[in-house]
Amino acid sequence: MPTSVVTAESVLAIDVGAIHTRVILFDVVEGNYRYLASGTSNTTANAPYSDISEGIRQALDRLSSITGRTFIGEDERLIVPSRSDGSGIDTVVATISAGPPLRIIAVGLLDDVSVESAVNLANTTYAMVVERIGLNDRRRIDERINTVMRLNPDLLILTGGTDGGASHSVMKMVEAVGLACFLLPEDNRPEILYAGNQALRAQIKSALGMVGNVHFAANIRPSLDLEDIDIAQGTLVEVFRRLRARQIPGVYELDSWSKGNLLPTSMAVGRLVRALSKIYGSSKGVLAVDLGASATSLIAAYAGNLISAVYSKYGLGTCLGSFLDHASLDDVTRWLRLDIPHGYVRNYINHKAVYPNSVPATIEDLDIEQALARAMLRLAMQKFSANLRSRGAENYLGMLPSFEPLMVSGSVFTQAPSYSQALLMLLDGLQPLGVTTVVLDKNHLMPAFGAVAGINPLLVVQSIDFGAFVNLGVVISPIGNTRYGTSILRIRVQYENGSESKYEIKHGALELIPLNQGEAAQVFLQPLHGCDIGMGGAGRGGRIRIVGGAMGIIIDARGRPLQLPNDPARRREVFHRWLKALHN
Amino acid sequence: MLASVTHILPLTSIRRERLLPVSGKVFVRKGQKVNATDVIAEAEINPEHVLLDVGRGLGLSMEQADRYLQCKVGMEITAGDVLAGPVGFTKRVIRSPYDGRVMIAGDGQIMLRLHSRVTSLKAGIPGMVTDLIDDRGAIITTSGALIQGVWGNGGVDIGLLNVMIKSPDDVLTVDHLNPSLRGSILLAGSCLLEEPLKMATEYSLRGLILSSIDATLLPLAKKLKFPVVVVEGFGKLAMNTAAYKLLTTNDQRETTLNAEPLDRFVGRRPEIIIPLPTSGDLPLPPEVAEFKPGQQVRVVRAPNIGRIGKLIQIKPGTPVLVNGVQVEAGDVRLENGEMVVLPLANLEVLI
Repeated sequence: MPTSVVTAESVLAIDVGAIHTRVILFDVVEGNYRYLASGTSNTTANAPYSDISEGIRQALDRLSSITGRTFIGEDERLIVPSRSDGSGIDTVVATISAGPPLRIIAVGLLDDVSVESAVNLANTTYAMVVERIGLNDRRRIDERINTVMRLNPDLLILTGGTDGGASHSVMKMVEAVGLACFLLPEDNRPEILYAGNQALRAQIKSALGMVGNVHFAANIRPSLDLEDIDIAQGTLVEVFRRLRARQIPGVYELDSWSKGNLLPTSMAVGRLVRALSKIYGSSKGVLAVDLGASATSLIAAYAGNLISAVYSKYGLGTCLGSFLDHASLDDVTRWLRLDIPHGYVRNYINHKAVYPNSVPATIEDLDIEQALARAMLRLAMQKFSANLRSRGAENYLGMLPSFEPLMVSGSVFTQAPSYSQALLMLLDGLQPLGVTTVVLDKNHLMPAFGAVAGINPLLVVQSIDFGAFVNLGVVISPIGNTRYGTSILRIRVQYENGSESKYEIKHGALELIPLNQGEAAQVFLQPLHGCDIGMGGAGRGGRIRIVGGAMGIIIDARGRPLQLPNDPARRREVFHRWLKALHN
Repeated sequence: MLASVTHILPLTSIRRERLLPVSGKVFVRKGQKVNATDVIAEAEINPEHVLLDVGRGLGLSMEQADRYLQCKVGMEITAGDVLAGPVGFTKRVIRSPYDGRVMIAGDGQIMLRLHSRVTSLKAGIPGMVTDLIDDRGAIITTSGALIQGVWGNGGVDIGLLNVMIKSPDDVLTVDHLNPSLRGSILLAGSCLLEEPLKMATEYSLRGLILSSIDATLLPLAKKLKFPVVVVEGFGKLAMNTAAYKLLTTNDQRETTLNAEPLDRFVGRRPEIIIPLPTSGDLPLPPEVAEFKPGQQVRVVRAPNIGRIGKLIQIKPGTPVLVNGVQVEAGDVRLENGEMVVLPLANLEVLI
């Protein structure tokens, strides 16, 4: 039942991140929901606290001092519901990304079919797929058993067989992992999520019920050419919640405050993205990017269909210690704006892994941090592009299509000294095509909105309408096969006051067209030389209405993929020019 | 704001829980004195399993093969023992290829858990066993000087501390090393090249305390047979003066290095312990703190990385740093009297 403001309730959103714990207060002001304030503390999942409650308590104390409201009662418990004296809160929602990534083994029949789907399911949360086991695995059964035991996973995802299809092969796969579970000490046995041929549920229960907790989900590969991980994601969340409660004290209490609806942060963002894609109804889809300490999450939705991936190896926290196992140093150094020795960068990456809470306090360290962000976005985007393609989303030459809007979260963006630095990191890393509105989640509200969307969608709509996010501006990115310096786009901007301005954009340019925050303009786009701006094909243009953001209209005609000069000095010059072009 | 805490203490009580990752045998008793290198518990971790297809070996069906099994679940087996048979005119049998224990026997198959080399858990610190944890390990308590590091290669050892450097920013070179250092633990500054690490191996050192190490050397350092503890971090970083003074004043004392890798989630850190007697019970140092004026702090990131100072005040709001980043920060007076504004996130409280 939709909530009306008449039955308005105050909402507290708690997000326990790898580094920070945030508590966010929403309430009704002058008849509309508003984001009111946030309190932040360090997360206390790590030793010596080893309990997230202390971090939540500290964050609540800060929120109290900002708002003057009391949230904790004399009995040291959260006051729910709110009282007539204004203390307490009516509804609590909660999200978590803290804790080590779940270690998952993906088991299925065909490696590029059901096993791949199991991996895709695992990648929707904070997890690391430590092994893939398929029917064509050449290892002997005892070797597979030894592998499972050695890796000591938190979770096995079992898939395979279309509904009513293969059964013997599935049970053969199950036999090996079942034996491994049986041989593991009882307190070390993994959770098991079965999302294969639904006709085998009873047999699976009988085979594995004695050796572990078996969770059942809908078949994620109901037919060879169809992957459907949506429903299984719900079951994965339940398992995630259970494992986190076992690993980190305080999680169980947090889950009970949110009435059993504690969500992985990425899943909550997914809910928001899905909801917005339905509300906006754009054919382009909505994309959220969250580059945090524990992972980089890319989450897209097209008319309610969600495609999400969490890359736990690309985070700016402890996981940096193994980042160079998955990427080359050159992936990072090629984005440096300053002349910094490569050895210093390598040492920086290892040092940051040891001190994940620390922040860049010099110009050089900030440059490395932003280069890392570009590298991680780039690597994650390349994988995500393939994911989008396999799920049937529009995809141009393996590049990221345009979205409406593209929402960005993560301290590396929100703490950037200027919006232009944040935007340029994003454009360099993601390199979107066509016309895209970019919004910055300055207050880390996306998980909160996602968690609350299911129970109070009005809060989400009204808070966003009231400017909970910062609209950075509309980015127009034409692509085509033209030479550097060739005119590729004519733009005519009709402002509300009747004035007009015209621009001719050359290939290679990065330009800002002024448009005041909140001011609307009609923008006429005419691609030249067969360039494509995502308006229905090469050479096709048209008129769009654009509302100005913090940076106006951004024309990114640098080409896709970006071609960086090989010479480091020349490259640094180019980076300076680009940043200057965005009025830094 | 909650602060990270690092211990650099001339004399304190130290209490450490030492646990096996899985159940095993605990060899010590409450009240027992142990050395850091004493094995206090051991367990078979990740034992290998072998599946023997008895039916196929005997040329029988699953059901027929089960009738010829000569072993039961739980039986200890020695290599060569008959597991099944004899069958037929040739008296065909299946013999165990390995020592092990029968885990599964039936359906024409036998699963053996092989006896693998046990993993030993060393005490890690010298002291007294003050509590036992059933089948998993013990709690050991001691007193002495304690210095916590940020990187360790996993080893544990004891030796006489040998101070090889003249200042906190010295760099370890091959010239610092000679055969007379055999069996000692070296305080050796920054390590930026492979050669000194290789030479240290030849001279059979008992351990190496580094202020910092170049990240390219980490794979080599992980393979060294002796423990390596890094106090500051990566690259060329001077050792903080508190750790440097403490270590240099304990030259030629017996020192323990427990170079277990840093794991902030479970709270494991590499540590240097110099056991010292006390006249009475000392309190355990606090593990948690909130930033407050007057605290001694260490800077963990540039600028002023590795330097020690006093937190004078926490600045209101979020000041803008030199690079434009806006974060919570504090005024810190460094040891040379210089006042600097530093992000609180880049400070650790020294207790």
